[in-house]
Amino acid sequence: MSTANPRGMYTIFRREVHRFLKVKMQTIVTPALTAMLYLVVFRYAMGDRHVPGLGTDYFTFLVPGLAMMAMLQNAFANTSSSLIMGKVMGMQIYLLMAPVSAAEVVAAFLAAAVVRGVIVASVFLIVLMPFTGIHLLHPGILLVYSICGSMIMGGLGLIGGMWAKNFDNVAMVTNFIVLPLTFLSGVFYSVKQLPHTWQILNHANPFFYLIDGFRYSFLGVGDTNPFASVGIVIGSAIFIFSLCWYLWRIGWRMKD
Amino acid sequence: MRQPVAYDLFGPVPDRISISDKKGSMKSIALDIQGLCKQYDSGRTALDDVSLQVPEGSFYALLGPNGAGKSTLINILADIVRPSGGAATLFGHDMFNERSWCKRHMGVVPQEIAFDPFFTPREVLHFTSGLFGVKPDDDWIDELFVRLELSQHTAKNTRQLSGGMRRRLLVAQALVHKPRLVILDEPTAGVDVELRRRLWSFMRELNEKGTTILLTTHYLDEAEELCDQVAIINKGNLLTAQPMREMMRQVASSYLWLHYDDEVRISEDDQAALADFSPRIVDEGICLQLGHKKENGQSMFHQAYEAAVRRFGPPLDAAVRKEDLEDVFLRLTMSDSGDSEGATA
Repeated sequence: MSTANPRGMYTIFRREVHRFLKVKMQTIVTPALTAMLYLVVFRYAMGDRHVPGLGTDYFTFLVPGLAMMAMLQNAFANTSSSLIMGKVMGMQIYLLMAPVSAAEVVAAFLAAAVVRGVIVASVFLIVLMPFTGIHLLHPGILLVYSICGSMIMGGLGLIGGMWAKNFDNVAMVTNFIVLPLTFLSGVFYSVKQLPHTWQILNHANPFFYLIDGFRYSFLGVGDTNPFASVGIVIGSAIFIFSLCWYLWRIGWRMKD
Repeated sequence: MRQPVAYDLFGPVPDRISISDKKGSMKSIALDIQGLCKQYDSGRTALDDVSLQVPEGSFYALLGPNGAGKSTLINILADIVRPSGGAATLFGHDMFNERSWCKRHMGVVPQEIAFDPFFTPREVLHFTSGLFGVKPDDDWIDELFVRLELSQHTAKNTRQLSGGMRRRLLVAQALVHKPRLVILDEPTAGVDVELRRRLWSFMRELNEKGTTILLTTHYLDEAEELCDQVAIINKGNLLTAQPMREMMRQVASSYLWLHYDDEVRISEDDQAALADFSPRIVDEGICLQLGHKKENGQSMFHQAYEAAVRRFGPPLDAAVRKEDLEDVFLRLTMSDSGDSEGATA
């Protein structure tokens, strides 16, 4: 008899989506609005200046980067907050007791993280695209970077949630790892503007490739070749998924 | 003879492991635990080589004082805690290697109450059904709500439910996928007497239809009334595991209670004269308790009575009192602990 439980997996996915939609002001509207505020501030601070080396104005440059940043941060927040809430409130036992395999649990969590990330980015883009001249040029690249980026961040959120023992631990991961890496990933600048050492450091930041590839799908220009990075992005997503699967399977910091 | 299980959602019943009872009739084993051990990282041993067998269709009481290891055992079965050693099968399936199958056939009411604050009770049960791979059965869910007296509260948020309601929702959650084994870890804590009775009546009904029930509770009188099997553990060790009736017959003692109108004091001479009957003063000092002594299978209470009358004169009243489960429980756990402090069931 098959031990697969697709209904169980779908149920977790639906629960996760249901959970963030129940508080959509907090999970969808606020992050989209925050990204818009960044845009307004930088738009007026930078005026009509162009981004050196990319031949595009700063406003147009910012929009896709901010959309991707919001997507990544929310994908991370979705899994990490769900898990730590479950741990603190004692609800994670229902997941552990259920006949759902580690692969099914991880797939469900990551799928929900992708959905939340994509919704937040979509709201942001739908509202702002009419005010910008940007158009989607490479839907395939957009799709790969959106799904893989959200999966990677959702997976990191899952690992963070498993590791954390309280909300403070999650806040620590968010504020000291996720925020710096996303802010210093080329959302607000092109790496071509940076001194050589900082350029190298930026290339060591995995989020840089995600932001740059996503931006490329709209602008057709970027700091790297997104087609060359696709393999790295897909590979990273598979690696994170596998790591999450392994950690969930052994009950890392979930079971005594 | 109990009826076979009323529902089998996930395919044919596997090969059964059977044991024979005293009369020689074969009984299938629902849950077979062999040498289960748990040592936490802190070094504390919560379970030490515990083996027990829960017959299919039984109402099984797992008793022990606080910290005895009951919840650890249940949490290992529920896959919340990792075992350090040992084996367990559920209806013949290896619980540690065929987790998915076993989880589908088992429902657990955990001790701690926890619900997702975003859901209503109906949503909780729909969600749980889905988790167990079952399409939500609203007729069954409605019946659970009726039987557990939650019908008026199905649209409320779980945060709005009282402690007792949430406890009952936990029970509904454990039953929603119609498991063949239900594990109840303190299901009636915080539930009032009337609701408790109705809950037990529902559990008894499920049991009569074939569901095997493993119960831990602090209400020993209820365990004695409901359960046909009992195991007592203390400090992670199994003290006894046998049919309830057999244990009460073999382990429970009878006492002769002699009531006097004034305080009774036992001198050294009295102690020596009544040594065969283990005399004790109980009931605020006015009652002399004498132990049961049998000769050739016959009660020798009349000898105890006569010996006491010789020392203290005729009592105001006399009665034979049989130990109940609570007495047996206290005696076993206290002697195991080697102290005279009462154990908390």
